[in-house]
Amino acid sequence: MNDYAHIGRSVLRREGRAKLTGAALFTDDLKIEGLLHGTTVRSRVPRGRIMGIHFEEGFPWEEFIIVTAQDIPGKNVVAHLIQEQPCLADGVINHAEEPILLLAHPDPERVQDARERVRVDVEPLPPVLSIEDSLRCDPVIWGEDNIFKTILITKGDPERARAKGHLQLEATYYTGAQEHVYIEPNAIIGEATPDGVLVRGSMQCPYYVHHALHELFQLPLDKVRAAQVETGGAFGGKEDYPSMLACHAALLSWKAGGRPVKIVYDREEDMACTTKRHPSRTRIRSAFAADGTLLSLDVEFLLDGGAYMTLSPVVLSRGALHASGPYRCPDLRIHARALATNTPPHGAFRGFGAPQSLFAIERHMDEAAHRLGLDPAELRRKNLLRTGDAMATGQIMRDEVDLIALMDRALAEIRYAEKRASYPVLNAGDEPVKRGVGFSVFMHGGGFTGSGETMLHSVAALEGTADGQVRVLAASTEMGQGANTVFTQVAAEALQAPLDLIVVATPDTGVVPNSGPTVASRTTQVVGKLIQDAALAMRKTLLDAGYLQDGDVAAAIRAYVAQHGTLRTESQYQKPDFVQWDDTTYRGDAYATYAWACYAADLRIDLVTYETQVADFVTVQEVGRVLNPTLAAGQIEGGVAQGIGWGLNEEVIWRQGSMANHQMSNYLIATAVDLPRIRVFFEERPYAYGPGGAKGIGELPMDGPAPALLNAVQHALQITPRQVPMTPEVLMDLVEGA
Amino acid sequence: MTTQKILLKLTVNGEARQALVHPMSRLLDVIREDFCLTGTKEGCGEGECGACSVILDGSLVNACLVPAIQAQGSTMRTVEGLAGVDLSPLQQAFLHHGGAQCGFCTPGMLVAGTYLLETDAVQDEDRAREGLSGNLCRCTGYVKIVDALLAAREGRP
Ligand code: FES
Ligand code: FES
Repeated sequence: MNDYAHIGRSVLRREGRAKLTGAALFTDDLKIEGLLHGTTVRSRVPRGRIMGIHFEEGFPWEEFIIVTAQDIPGKNVVAHLIQEQPCLADGVINHAEEPILLLAHPDPERVQDARERVRVDVEPLPPVLSIEDSLRCDPVIWGEDNIFKTILITKGDPERARAKGHLQLEATYYTGAQEHVYIEPNAIIGEATPDGVLVRGSMQCPYYVHHALHELFQLPLDKVRAAQVETGGAFGGKEDYPSMLACHAALLSWKAGGRPVKIVYDREEDMACTTKRHPSRTRIRSAFAADGTLLSLDVEFLLDGGAYMTLSPVVLSRGALHASGPYRCPDLRIHARALATNTPPHGAFRGFGAPQSLFAIERHMDEAAHRLGLDPAELRRKNLLRTGDAMATGQIMRDEVDLIALMDRALAEIRYAEKRASYPVLNAGDEPVKRGVGFSVFMHGGGFTGSGETMLHSVAALEGTADGQVRVLAASTEMGQGANTVFTQVAAEALQAPLDLIVVATPDTGVVPNSGPTVASRTTQVVGKLIQDAALAMRKTLLDAGYLQDGDVAAAIRAYVAQHGTLRTESQYQKPDFVQWDDTTYRGDAYATYAWACYAADLRIDLVTYETQVADFVTVQEVGRVLNPTLAAGQIEGGVAQGIGWGLNEEVIWRQGSMANHQMSNYLIATAVDLPRIRVFFEERPYAYGPGGAKGIGELPMDGPAPALLNAVQHALQITPRQVPMTPEVLMDLVEGA
Repeated sequence: MTTQKILLKLTVNGEARQALVHPMSRLLDVIREDFCLTGTKEGCGEGECGACSVILDGSLVNACLVPAIQAQGSTMRTVEGLAGVDLSPLQQAFLHHGGAQCGFCTPGMLVAGTYLLETDAVQDEDRAREGLSGNLCRCTGYVKIVDALLAAREGRP
């Protein structure tokens, strides 16, 4: 049953036609007069001191725009949470891809050629290249102890509870870096004069870029502007990094007297230099009663943050808040730290810390089940949260979700019980291909962590136009996830207007209010709600003014605007009353709500090639009301594909603090033949505070695949894998070492 | 590049086009810069992603790997040439099934998909997946792209 005109329907993607005909213009497609092409000269050394910069003699350098740290008009910083990361290295180098100097020229080939003719002399210093080195403070490279941020969550007395355990288990889990590989590499165009700075490009968060430009140039806020251009995928990879590119392009333009400067990274530069998912190390010490009841958890969660703090504290926070999984545990301690190393800063990537800690707990639960002689499903049945239970931070689970039923549905879809019993029998034969089935249960908090949403004060607005249209004004960007379409549906529903009346404005800080960054699965859940409220307010305004008697919204808007000049309604974020959070103690409602899921995998592992093929993949999730089934399923399928990649194939190989395999030919993302038909099932329970009852879903599908896959590997081969990616090489070592 | 430029003449999406280019320029740059057909994308420049797929004299190629001179006198189709007055059946199926998310792989996918349909290489899902394996998509997990291709083959929306 659907009582809605637009919500819950697979409305076609608003910008779909343009994307299908080649008409959609991405940054590199824009034709711009007088354009210069910019490029970046970088360090090749993970840590050191700059001793000198040499320009090859006899080369016509006068043709080029050259920018160093000395040319920066304001502060040499790419401002984010704190003002720390330099825009251009000045004296010291903290990672091997650190930008030192910028060049621009009208001819893109000339500028690449020139880059090779600049030599930076660096006196190397000993680098920190791993979590272990960073912990040992060998040497200290950041603050007093290499620690960007520490978070401690405690409840009860985990040590005492541990002593009462029938099973005491300790294990350490590792996850590797992951590159986003959005198919459109980073691209930005900057134009900067003392009168103002304008940056356009591929980005998730125009107001982050706006803030960074404001600090870099020390210009008033209304003299800087950032506008998004059609963005070819992001996944967190265009959350903070475009601020760096924006600063670079704008600086070159500034030095060139305001001529527009474009910087487009090629694939190699994009892979090597931009952010990646934080590598992690998670040690879990647990205790269980003989019947499988979880008694105690002690989790040490460590993230490799790279050379600058950037977003690491927030990634750490989300990781820590998901570290105990969807389980009841009366006595626990979660001790989380983000550490500095001399690698390029790690950053946002779909899931934002949660995939790392959920991988550890979901593997750990399977190991515990094995040790207790219980089926992993039985163990979870004993411990899964129920409505009214307390979570790690003391948050009471309010969502009316039956996690056991959710799990059972996924297990039934993949025929878990049958395969759990039959595969070991099959595997005992001589066939080199072994089968395994496994699953994971998990949740993902929607919106910013803790008081984050309150501090953002997000605003979205609606504007009626003289010709009877409605413009949605929000800084939230369309990057493929469907924001344009969902915003249109929500606005049209609340206004009781046809879809065609609604136009989503380009996120341009000169035009739209700050609805916050396009991150944290918050766009539909949080910003969608603001748009719904603004649309309801607009409808009320029209009704109150007596314009809507016959229900023709377009005519009412035309009449209103003709009479009053403008029609604009706004809505600002108000936290739901029940949300209470204390940032100092980490107690309270970590997220207003969560999406919940169980993912199950059926694998074939070839013991000749050590290749793992995913034969079937089932996802069941509770995400509030699904606003657009086709778009929502597309989010799940795409996220699962990335999760499978992180679990099995996508390995970043580090050499002296740099990504050595920075090409698509040796960092392998899945092709259509590598993946099964990912199966998507939704349980819908409308969430009272989301637009039309929706919750966030963007990141959820990244969390579940890796542990489900490795749990299936344990079932197939009777080994205990504890790291991702589980590449053929890693698997071979495990099997042959076993 | 010091070599002499050549006058490159070819038929692009049914229209005679020409440009003065270096013989070893990448066909991709000629398409995007000289012909201003920016629908064809660059995702890697090394023949891995398929975002630059075009149909050249009946073969599916990665335009980033083809030197311009190889296209001399040829007939080429790019994403801009797929729709007539209305979207092609494959484009319509992409729209209906949600085969495009960010849209950056989409032109290459559509060109490759069109080639596969025209060469009757989409008998079933496995063949469709194999046919598309030279085109990377990071957004969709391929399910909806494969569905669109199968639907178009069967003449369904
Ligand atoms: S750009 Fe040609 S294959 Fe990637
Ligand atoms: S739709 Fe984004 S890469 Fe395919």
